[in-house]
Amino acid sequence: MELSTEVQMDLHRRMVRIRLFEEAAGRLAEAAKLPGFLHLYVGEEAVASGVCTALNDDDHITSTHRGHGHLVAKGGDFNRMMAELMGKSTGYCKGKGGSMHISDLSLGMLGANGIVGAGSPIAVGAAFANKYRGRGQVAVAFFGDGATNIGAFHEAANMACALHLPIVFACENNEYGEFTPRDKTMAITDIVDRAAGYGMPGVIVDGMDVVAVHEAATEAVARARRGDGPSLIEAKTYRFYNHHGIRNLGLSYRPDEEVAEWKRRDPIFSYEGHLIEAGTASAEQIEAVWEELRTDIEAAITFAEESPVPTPDQVLADVYTLRSAS
Amino acid sequence: MSSSVNEPSRPTEGRKLGYVMAFNEAVRQSMEADADVFCAGEDIGAFGGVFGTFGGLQKIFGPDRVVDTPISEQAIVGLGIGAAATGLRPIVDLMFMDFICVAMDQIVNQAAKLKYMFGGTAKLPLTITTTGGAGLSAAAQHSQSLEAILCHIPGLKVVYPSNAYDMKGLMRACILEDNPTVMVKHKRLLGTTSIVPEDLYEIPLGKAAIVREGTSVTVVAYGRMVAEAVAAAEQLAADGIECEIVDPRTLQPFDTETVVNSVRKTNRAVVVHEAVRFGGLGAEIAAQIQEEAFDYLDAPVGRVGAPFSPVPFSPTLESLYVPDAASISAGIRAVVARPLVGA
Repeated sequence: MELSTEVQMDLHRRMVRIRLFEEAAGRLAEAAKLPGFLHLYVGEEAVASGVCTALNDDDHITSTHRGHGHLVAKGGDFNRMMAELMGKSTGYCKGKGGSMHISDLSLGMLGANGIVGAGSPIAVGAAFANKYRGRGQVAVAFFGDGATNIGAFHEAANMACALHLPIVFACENNEYGEFTPRDKTMAITDIVDRAAGYGMPGVIVDGMDVVAVHEAATEAVARARRGDGPSLIEAKTYRFYNHHGIRNLGLSYRPDEEVAEWKRRDPIFSYEGHLIEAGTASAEQIEAVWEELRTDIEAAITFAEESPVPTPDQVLADVYTLRSAS
Repeated sequence: MSSSVNEPSRPTEGRKLGYVMAFNEAVRQSMEADADVFCAGEDIGAFGGVFGTFGGLQKIFGPDRVVDTPISEQAIVGLGIGAAATGLRPIVDLMFMDFICVAMDQIVNQAAKLKYMFGGTAKLPLTITTTGGAGLSAAAQHSQSLEAILCHIPGLKVVYPSNAYDMKGLMRACILEDNPTVMVKHKRLLGTTSIVPEDLYEIPLGKAAIVREGTSVTVVAYGRMVAEAVAAAEQLAADGIECEIVDPRTLQPFDTETVVNSVRKTNRAVVVHEAVRFGGLGAEIAAQIQEEAFDYLDAPVGRVGAPFSPVPFSPTLESLYVPDAASISAGIRAVVARPLVGA
């Protein structure tokens, strides 16, 4: 697949946006400026970026507890994201959802999710609605390797195939379900082996290679859009930080050498090498992207810090939709 | 607010229709009125649902709008959530109320909270229909009354009609709701009939009905227990005990005002439900009555409910287990007979 310069630079830009947002969030957490839990997406940027560049604005995605990257890749606004992480009223969820429930329905992003595997049945519902309306929209369910062990995933995958829905199951296999390695929790090596059991095709891609992810996603999305049903993509990837928080080395459950090995395959830096080598972008152009986005993220932090906290009436607001407001 | 909806006055003559067909008619007419309404669930298509609740609908609307699903309660509710969040108005069916337990994450952690967690940006016009209650010797996994669990969850609404007229109007209201709503049918009411208007009408959620007026004691009952309470009231009337029976119809939001106004008049109250007494909705209703009308009470609020055991299978045991007119009468007599202190 020959990608235009525009698409190639878009892939890069989305990954850098995710990296900068997550690194900033990590620093803020370290400084005790973020309440609650923080699951960082650093290391997995190629997956969300490669998939979301294959989607239209009105396509839908469901996400996970590690969800910031998906929202950024779908076009999420730094200011509102950072404000949400700080629990401010200007956040995406008015400070009532936080990191684990960050969402933007206007971008088709149906929410990060604190329950492992729970997004997939919801993506099935979005895919059903898309087929029902017949406007050619598709849905993508992002989930991790661990989520394929929970019943909700099985029900969703089976139902999507039984109803022949326009959906892509995008598995981010980072080899660990929280703090336990994959080989302790399942007897297979490749998640993609499960696809055949539901009657859908599946492919394995290098989740550190944004072009490979993009190409696989483009094919899967096209398949869904033309009415040929669900498929599964297994992206082999790795989170550079701990399950939550910002530690990366000296963790009891995964060896430092393994972390170092995966970091050598950093999806952004390796892609930048490729862009320069192919003459698609100069080192200066790439640095300019980082500089521009660093400015954006600093502005977002300032915006969030200066934003007001929610007013007390917000405890009871938004529990129900009122008839008059509909 | 739903309170802005005016309930039509209940007709005293006209066509009689069964509880099941009142449900079916509300669904059919709502699907005719709005192309965004669809149904999904186990065996609801060609088969028409195990109790015939969706009978004939697939023939009218086709398999894309009346969808047979796998036996996958989590995915059925998830299907409804995803479709509702992206603009449709789904009705998803969980065959038996016991099966909500299988779908609890999607109901409690997802549907109920989505709007709130997303800062109000999501609208979830989702109706979950199910069939609860004992009385068919269906044993402990097909007979439960789990409504108190649902009423405990902010974000859900819970409706439990006691007759065919309320069924049609409340089901219409559920479909028009922009919030996740659980509509519970009682399996022993399926064959009961009442006068039901042919046109669509809406009974506002959160509005109780006074089923029988009386001055001696307020009896709060819902679902199948309404008919049993009415039978009990007829027996008690012979002894000069006049029961005022209040059917909340919607359990969440609960119409505390109507109940409390009645208690202020009668000064005594008994709450009746088929669910086990401990932690049942009766505990909440009794607490609200004492909070709002303590000075009007001449006796502690009585509770009639099932004992603290699973629902037994044997018809002999099951009939002992489920409250009926006789046990409700006994519960009411105990509250009415209590003398005033110092009297």
